[in-house]
Amino acid sequence: MSRTHVSCNINGDDVEFLCDAGESLLDALRDEVRLMGAKEGCGTGDCGACSIILDGRLQCSCLVFAPEADGATIVTVEGIADGDHLHPLQECFLEGAALQCGVCTPGFLVAAKALLDRNPDPTETEVRYALAGNLCRCTGYDKIIRSVLVAADRMKEEVAG
Amino acid sequence: MRYVAPASIAEVVELLIGDPEATVFAGATDLVPQMRAGRPEPSVIIDLKKIARLTEVSLDNGTWRVGAAAPTSDLTDNAALAADLPGLVHAAGLIGSDQIQNRASLGGNLCNASPAADSVPPLVVNDARAVVAGPGGERTVAVADVPTGPGRTSLAPGEFVVEFEIDRPPARTSDAYLRLIPRTEMDIAIVGAAARISLDAGGNCSEATIALGAVAPTVVLVPAATEALVGRPISDDVLATVAAACAGAASPIDDKRGTIAYRRQVAGVLAKRAVAEAAGRAGNGGGR
Repeated sequence: MSRTHVSCNINGDDVEFLCDAGESLLDALRDEVRLMGAKEGCGTGDCGACSIILDGRLQCSCLVFAPEADGATIVTVEGIADGDHLHPLQECFLEGAALQCGVCTPGFLVAAKALLDRNPDPTETEVRYALAGNLCRCTGYDKIIRSVLVAADRMKEEVAG
Repeated sequence: MRYVAPASIAEVVELLIGDPEATVFAGATDLVPQMRAGRPEPSVIIDLKKIARLTEVSLDNGTWRVGAAAPTSDLTDNAALAADLPGLVHAAGLIGSDQIQNRASLGGNLCNASPAADSVPPLVVNDARAVVAGPGGERTVAVADVPTGPGRTSLAPGEFVVEFEIDRPPARTSDAYLRLIPRTEMDIAIVGAAARISLDAGGNCSEATIALGAVAPTVVLVPAATEALVGRPISDDVLATVAAACAGAASPIDDKRGTIAYRRQVAGVLAKRAVAEAAGRAGNGGGR
């Protein structure tokens, strides 16, 4: 059967790819577009390792059928840095040792960005709830939560100048 | 498998009639895990999200219309809806992570027909109606009459849910939904309990509807709890009677999330607390 043509914008670039109807957007991002940041952990929407921002909404790309992305605007972890200049969340994850094996990290970074985009000043509880859809089996979460809070402070300082 | 995103309700009905193996979806938060677990793939997956009516949430002449495919985050972000139907909106906000709530819908939660679906008991206590489109046009059915058992609904071939209609509650009326899960977040209800309570000017209960989830194949209404409440103040004695009635009405199963005895007891406790919470809000004027 012929494949489906999808046009979308990923991290600011217009992108076209071919996919199968039942292919997940995660597989299309990795196998067709060759963006390897989003990871498959569970493939059923439980672990958040495949988190992306699709038309402004944080979603698990494993639950999205790739043809749904036609006309969409997508942000993946590859799009959150400004060129060589890391996003404050990425800096803080490195400084705060908020990762060990790193498989969950792209999902946490994207989910944390989605949180800070809508709530620049979250409480620790709000961070914990916002990241409840992301599983990490290495860190015990504490360093991740702290790094997000430090990043939020740093971003507020940058805004305040 | 084919993917189709029709622009109209009529096109969806036509696709469904023409192919019994076709399925509609909104967030696919149940469909994808089911496919991955080995359930046969549909021949056509019909994306409902490109039809505006399916994703809109609006207040229309005293009735809330909630598109069957609207993501639940559109409900939790809607302050006016949350003021009118706090129990329902709370339930919508309990289903899965932020990632899930940006895709999952009330239509999917209803038609997946899990006994533990969090949004169904609060829809039922609020007398919500489902607008169903099908070969014969549109019909309206009580939400309570849609699920018929785990994974089964009363929808006929070619039919799908378009939207929900929920009347704004009258003055001094409010709802609540509580559930117990084995941890703080991201799990399936051991028991869910919804209550909708109206109080009269003297503070006595004038109307009450109590519905339990996850304790039977479909939502359980508890008329004995209504009887215990109506005409009386929300006292500890009355709440104890409500709890006993709800524990008695529950007919749960034993599984890894809880035993029958535990679920019965929790059904009583949650129902009592849900009544107290709804009554507390109703006493403050409800959503008005």
